[in-house]
Amino acid sequence: MKTEFRFVAFGGQGMILAGVIFGEGAINDGKNAVQSQSYGPESRGGAARAEVIIADEAIDYPMVLEADYLVALSQPGYDKHAAEIKQGATVIIDEDLVTAENNPRAGAFIRLPFTKTADALGQRIVTNLVMLGSVCAIADIIKKDALLEAVKSNVPSKFLELNVTAFNQGYELGRQARQ
Amino acid sequence: MAFDDNRLSYLNRLAGKRYFMLGDEACAYGAIYAGCDFIAGYPITPASEIAELLARELPRAGGICIQMEDELASIAAIIGASWTGARTMTATSGPGFSLMQENLGYAVMTETPCVVVDVQRSGPSTGQATKPAQGDMMQARWGTHGDHNIIALSPNSGQECLDLMLECFNLADEYRTPVILLMDGEIGHIRESVLMPDPEQITHKTRKAARPGEDVFGGDDLVPGMVHYGAGRNIHVTGSTHKANGMRDVTTPEVHDALIRRIYAKIDQNREKIVRVEADTDPRGPARIGVISYGASSRPARGAVLAARSEGIAVDFLRLITIWPFARTQVAEFAKDLDIILVPEMNLGQMSREIERFVDCRVQPVSKIGGIPHTIGQIHRAIREAV
Repeated sequence: MKTEFRFVAFGGQGMILAGVIFGEGAINDGKNAVQSQSYGPESRGGAARAEVIIADEAIDYPMVLEADYLVALSQPGYDKHAAEIKQGATVIIDEDLVTAENNPRAGAFIRLPFTKTADALGQRIVTNLVMLGSVCAIADIIKKDALLEAVKSNVPSKFLELNVTAFNQGYELGRQARQ
Repeated sequence: MAFDDNRLSYLNRLAGKRYFMLGDEACAYGAIYAGCDFIAGYPITPASEIAELLARELPRAGGICIQMEDELASIAAIIGASWTGARTMTATSGPGFSLMQENLGYAVMTETPCVVVDVQRSGPSTGQATKPAQGDMMQARWGTHGDHNIIALSPNSGQECLDLMLECFNLADEYRTPVILLMDGEIGHIRESVLMPDPEQITHKTRKAARPGEDVFGGDDLVPGMVHYGAGRNIHVTGSTHKANGMRDVTTPEVHDALIRRIYAKIDQNREKIVRVEADTDPRGPARIGVISYGASSRPARGAVLAARSEGIAVDFLRLITIWPFARTQVAEFAKDLDIILVPEMNLGQMSREIERFVDCRVQPVSKIGGIPHTIGQIHRAIREAV
């Protein structure tokens, strides 16, 4: 089984780190994973895209063509990639950053307050961790512990608690959305 | 060559661990496993992460990293350092590799072991600087002037970036020649799972040392022994035509003829020992269609071959791991019963033309330029059309 994830946002929202953590979590969970990325020359403000493919078998093609999961934290990112999803795919958007009608190809269209949740924690910078927690719960492909292990190895230790809290709150949002 | 205690304890801490890392990073760790002592480099997308990681990690493993003023100086530094007995490397991309060509020839002519990593990006010139390509296949072969042979290997996964670095350093020492790791921006910039090997399982080839009084640039063997700087013997190292003892002689035709034919032959005559390919013939028997690919292109190529087989189309598949010297025997054998060979590559047919020289059947490039690798579907369609 092969599942393709595409994360789109503006540069600076931490999408590429989120992709790295998500892929590493899959490896921790004993799966195959390939992560690739695309970003402009600027570190903030341009379009940023991270892609992760998770599979039980070897992954021949390392890039996402039609996503099983499209996660959007920017309007231009969503608009550009909204059509490049599989029939029945799951679309997850930050409800305060992306305005969209239901995607006709989507099997599930989920609106969640990633940025608002991070703001409530006092640190918008952990929006990506809220998002990762939600995606972990909604996709239910990588075990939560395996993904948390990857969070620990990729965020600075003095901000670990904040990041784990953000992840857990996101996980809870995702769990409720899934029900 | 054995690891010193410092390097061994560094590598023992890594052994058996699995990391999710860039192909570039895997290449850098491969250099540490290969016993690389010295890297001199200059940053360039998509190769920068190699020197970046080595700048951090190589000193911890007892090695040295220097950022030079440019690519010309980078390759000059590693050639000089190699003559002290160090295992040396540099890493760059197409434009930097172009700047290195003059001194690459110097390394060939002075028979200096060193490793040059070229993480290929879209050109010519600044082209699509951040996008991958495989446009340097022929630059690697013929980029420097004059008659020469070269060794170049091409990985298609993060793990293979690490593994082939070990092989590059061994080949460089065994044949006293520069060796090129021909990566591409795709393989360099995707993250995959990479297993760190057990250092006890790593084999390092040792450079042959010249016996006292023995010539360093000739003699009975195709690959003469070396004398390192500081070893107590005066030797002359020059890029000009030289006699077996290293002294310059640029006027005697026989001297040039013997030198260049020997340098050429040491790789040519060991072709079968050097060349590695991965063949996957259709188990259901005789295929009329073959696919040959390498590097990043070989992954969607394999996916397309499997997809075609699942529809009942018989297809044979060959992946080139060694690019130079060219796998002419293996390719000719592969092509024997085929009507057509498709060659997916991220250029306008550089290796297709080389394949054409050694087979009787039709060879058709499946070219992809523009910065995005082939999809499985594109190669699959090419196979269907060839039926």
